[in-house]
Amino acid sequence: MSQIAFHLNGAPVRVSDEAPTRTLLDWLRESRGLTGTKEGCNEGDCGACTVMVTDATGSRALNACILFLPQLHGKAVRTVEGIAGPKGEPHPVQQAMVDHHGSQCGFCTPGFIVSMACAHLNGATDHDDQLAGNLCRCTGYAPIIRAAKAAQTAPVPDWMTTDLDITCSQISPGGEAAGRGGQAAPLPGFHPRSSDDLAQWYLANPDATLIAGATDVGLWVTKQLRDLSPVAFLSGITDLQQIEDHGDTLRIGAGVTIAALRAALGPRFPSFGELLRRYSSEQVRNAATIGGNIANGSPIGDGPPALIALGATLHLRRGDARREMPLEDFFIEYRKQDRQPGEFVEAVTIPAQAPNLRCYKLSKRFDQDISAVCGCFNLIVTDGLITSARIAFGGMAGTPKRSATVEAALIGQPLTPATAEAAAALMAQDFAPLSDMRASAAYRLTTAQNMLRRYMHDLAGVPVSVLEVRA
Amino acid sequence: MSLGKSLPHDAAPLHVTGQARYVDDIPLPATALHLAFGLSTIAHGEVTALDLSAVRAAPGVVAVYGPEDFDPVPDCSPSAHDEPMISTGEVLYLGMPLFLVAADSHLAARKAARLAKVSYTEKPALLTVDDALAANSRFEDGPVIWAKGDAARAIATAPHVVEGQFELGGQEHFYLEGQVAACLPLEGGDLLVHASTQHPTEIQHKVAHALHLPMSAVRVEVRRMGGGFGGKESQGNALAIACAVVAARTGRPAKMRYDRDDDMMITGKRHDLRLLYRAGFDDRGQLTGVAFTHLFRCGWAQDLSLPVADRAMLHADNCYHLPHIRIESHRLKTHTQSATAFRGFGGPQGMVGIERVMDHVAHALGRDPLEVRRANFYAPAEPVASAGGASPPGPPEDISEQAIGAGPVPPSPDETVDLTSRGAVEGQPERGVAPASPGAQTTPFFMPVEDFIGHELVARLVETSDYAARRAAIADWNAASPILKRGIALTPVKFGISFTLTHLNQAGALVHVYQDGSIHLNHGGTEMGQGLFQKVAQVAAGVFGVDPYAIKITATDTAKVPNTSATAASSGSDLNGMAARAACLTLRDRMAAFIAGKHQVKADAVRFEGGRVRVAGESYGFDQVAAWAYLARVSLSSTGFYATPKLQWDRKAGKGRPFLYFAYGAAVTEVVIDTLTGENRILRADLLHDTGNSLNPALDIGQIEGAYVQGAGWLTTEELVWDGKGRLTTHAPSTYKLPACSDRPDVFNVALWGRPNREDSVGRSKAVGEPPFMLGISAFYALSDAVAACGPGYPALDAPATPERVLAAVQRVQAHV
Repeated sequence: MSQIAFHLNGAPVRVSDEAPTRTLLDWLRESRGLTGTKEGCNEGDCGACTVMVTDATGSRALNACILFLPQLHGKAVRTVEGIAGPKGEPHPVQQAMVDHHGSQCGFCTPGFIVSMACAHLNGATDHDDQLAGNLCRCTGYAPIIRAAKAAQTAPVPDWMTTDLDITCSQISPGGEAAGRGGQAAPLPGFHPRSSDDLAQWYLANPDATLIAGATDVGLWVTKQLRDLSPVAFLSGITDLQQIEDHGDTLRIGAGVTIAALRAALGPRFPSFGELLRRYSSEQVRNAATIGGNIANGSPIGDGPPALIALGATLHLRRGDARREMPLEDFFIEYRKQDRQPGEFVEAVTIPAQAPNLRCYKLSKRFDQDISAVCGCFNLIVTDGLITSARIAFGGMAGTPKRSATVEAALIGQPLTPATAEAAAALMAQDFAPLSDMRASAAYRLTTAQNMLRRYMHDLAGVPVSVLEVRA
Repeated sequence: MSLGKSLPHDAAPLHVTGQARYVDDIPLPATALHLAFGLSTIAHGEVTALDLSAVRAAPGVVAVYGPEDFDPVPDCSPSAHDEPMISTGEVLYLGMPLFLVAADSHLAARKAARLAKVSYTEKPALLTVDDALAANSRFEDGPVIWAKGDAARAIATAPHVVEGQFELGGQEHFYLEGQVAACLPLEGGDLLVHASTQHPTEIQHKVAHALHLPMSAVRVEVRRMGGGFGGKESQGNALAIACAVVAARTGRPAKMRYDRDDDMMITGKRHDLRLLYRAGFDDRGQLTGVAFTHLFRCGWAQDLSLPVADRAMLHADNCYHLPHIRIESHRLKTHTQSATAFRGFGGPQGMVGIERVMDHVAHALGRDPLEVRRANFYAPAEPVASAGGASPPGPPEDISEQAIGAGPVPPSPDETVDLTSRGAVEGQPERGVAPASPGAQTTPFFMPVEDFIGHELVARLVETSDYAARRAAIADWNAASPILKRGIALTPVKFGISFTLTHLNQAGALVHVYQDGSIHLNHGGTEMGQGLFQKVAQVAAGVFGVDPYAIKITATDTAKVPNTSATAASSGSDLNGMAARAACLTLRDRMAAFIAGKHQVKADAVRFEGGRVRVAGESYGFDQVAAWAYLARVSLSSTGFYATPKLQWDRKAGKGRPFLYFAYGAAVTEVVIDTLTGENRILRADLLHDTGNSLNPALDIGQIEGAYVQGAGWLTTEELVWDGKGRLTTHAPSTYKLPACSDRPDVFNVALWGRPNREDSVGRSKAVGEPPFMLGISAFYALSDAVAACGPGYPALDAPATPERVLAAVQRVQAHV
């Protein structure tokens, strides 16, 4: 009997006979009658379905609409129905939302409540970022933020901490029900515990779909309505979730989530950290992995341009064979990567320092939007002259791509506006961007050039970001 | 007194715990069917073959219906009967439903709906304003033209002239709860429909019409919507009809909800348009004449486009006295989604136009746009004694009889016409006397503006927002900032309140007092988050002198209150509050007469307050009096009715008084732009808005804050994009960017004007749903101001002002020499 075991609002549940890509949202609403969790977009962009998921590493907000049931095995889920206390005592964020008139139509409210409760539990007070993945069409957000601020000093209710106790003790992650190493798996889908497990299995199942955070694959199911089989769920591979400090370099495992990457790299590379702050939303950053962001090959993913500008090396593995390459070489053309059947992204290595790295994300909306252009610049200046130039863009071609002509023109030149002007004019030799719903080709090219100008101003200390201006 | 209290939304405790029940949350029997439409993949053409065999064979599919399964295909239109539920062969937009699938799950229905093999003969599609103009493809025979004075002559003889044109984008409603309906078959062919709709009576009418049933056989219930914004005035008809048809044919409950992408592909949005203007003005910036042309892209079906475009004309003046004006309005028919109602209903589009003229004139004269705006304001309102709120409003029943008695006996209407739709019929000409204040300035449609408070309201906002000092400081800051530029703008709002189809300005309520003293409140308005139910409950509680929480709020139900108008045009609390008040007064009077009789005193000596009934020195519990009244065989149930007085409107001529009153407001917005990318942000907004005597200040402020952000979103990040084939490419929140949390202003000051409505509205309050949406226009003109700091040219900004459009405007002003 295939059984997925997890806790739901504090009580153990076992789920049988579900397809591996059954979403938590559908199951909650259709099979459990827990209709507090709402479907607003079914693609992870509105947050109405936000639930709290706890494992031994902590509690986090995730979008239930693109979360598959097997991903929950061994974890604890709390829905809006489980945020109030056992006797119906309101959680501080619930009371504050009532007191501050934070709900109008109420449809987005359960998602907000869960996001706010997660932030409250984790002591996070960067409310705009915590709630960037929750859309509200009624309130204009002001009363919701007032509520979040009002609740932030209230103690965490006892009942909110029990999930961590449960996941740390009663269910060991991937406990009795989890499969190992390609043996007959009692869970829907394959659940490797190590990259060795995955390597072996994927070699035998090269047509399989690998699911890490499911923030992209989820949409293959909910929007493209694809039936995926076989599938492997990678979130139990702890050896892929490490960030290793090798002195001059950092090796980042493919399974590192964007949230973890942001926490680790933000202090070291503030501009990259700011880019990652604007990488989708809290819910998506908590699920998405850097490996997925690379392997998916999107021309508009925000991770690769920054990593390419840093000079990242990609590590691939197929069975026991490993190879590495400059990250930019992985991207061959639109949605085509240099990846063999059965081969997967294992890690990426970046230099430990890049003081001149600047990352610029241009989108219609600042938060939780896909870039029209993402430009990342990393110059090394020695004795007033540019000695190394790495400039990479997303959104400018069918792949994340370096601006080779511009880079070449910058080498050996002084770091001046005139240098930037001369080099910017060459940008058109490197890129012929497309027009789409995010931006026109002309705008993309102009702003890519202007990002180089901005970069020079930025290095000179001139304010260049509207996000840093206050009334 | 419960009126004026900042009580939370009545359902707030249910919202925050997930208990608030929406249509998709209603448990249905396991036999329920789930529906989905199969959609067209071309914008215009004929279906030459529709092979549904794979759809029928798909797992879980119970039934599939194509056009041949209906005679005729049910109509979903709220107006011109031009919206078949599924295409009858002609494809008129990309995303048009072609067939209907019923399956045993939502997912199974969606999957099956993609399996049809459709062959088309494709025809050229009219997608743009230019396409439609070239083909003379339009609703109505030609443009609607209203004129007052002689605009052409006034412009020709003016000292200065500006002219221009700009594009004003549409807007997706993005109600968080998508369109949804469910239908349960009852005995004898009757049907119960649960729908997420602002217009239960229209759903009732359309379902009855589709199934050839009398309206009495169909009951529609709406407890709440997860947002509406106008998008659920007519756009839910198709789902409810589909559910009813399937329920009637299979005998099984049926539910339909659109996946978000389907919702955005199928349903209408705010009308986009091209707006042309030409204005003559003097050295002070006072307009001597102005001419507007509105080129509305209405989409494939008429829907509510005519009254929407009318309301744009009705707001072409905003706060400005324009003695010589000509407005020409084209309602163009295109092969795109049928544009529909959206908060403001055309008003915002009209208003952005005149504000553009003000902005352009100020730029031409090198003056602060605020000074130009003020120079053109309507004359201030004459003080009116009755506006002090001291004298209590008269009984609403008298007013309604007055208005009704004034009209002629109408001819019998066509029974297929939905009389309660804003789009269906011409109104009966109203002959009620609408006395004009002698000498009052009039709007372009000759309505006297008797209540203009713009002067004082703007003066106060200028002061509280520190507008002048900040404008000067911004100029200094800009001089020292090479890359980033700031801008600031103050724009006012004057918005007309009433349905422009006069007969819709009526409402009913039904109130019961039970023998235990508990009170059941029902009325024709629907709850979509705006807090209407709580406001009306506060009205009722005020009449009975009980705690508002003692009033049981109940779902809108066509079996309780019939013939309701849509909850739209900001009218919800004005109309339903008055109707409920009338019902409550009837009951209170009955109870008072009864208890007064027992004490041998006059009924008007009885007081209802604090949950007690005081009479002749005695004090009884409300519940006790209710029980006694029951025993004394006093009826404890009453209807109430209200019809808005004073309205008189001739749409074709563009003359009369379509509105009972105007709601006012003003906003100051400060923004910053990046001249290298066009990125922009709102830094601060100060709003001052007129809600009369607020029925509930907290709910009103919530409406104002939310409307501002939604209005600013319309004009900044929210961009709808169609490709060259007519495919909407922004059909999900991944590509369509409504404001997120951090897009609200960092500094966000909101205040209520706080003076009573001079008209006899419920509690002397004013409608609040739509008017503050247009406060967001200030963000757009603040961006124009910031762009103007980049060079000598006029920004001529198009909307929405995405980073790309802002950058284009920066380049435009910099290129101007």
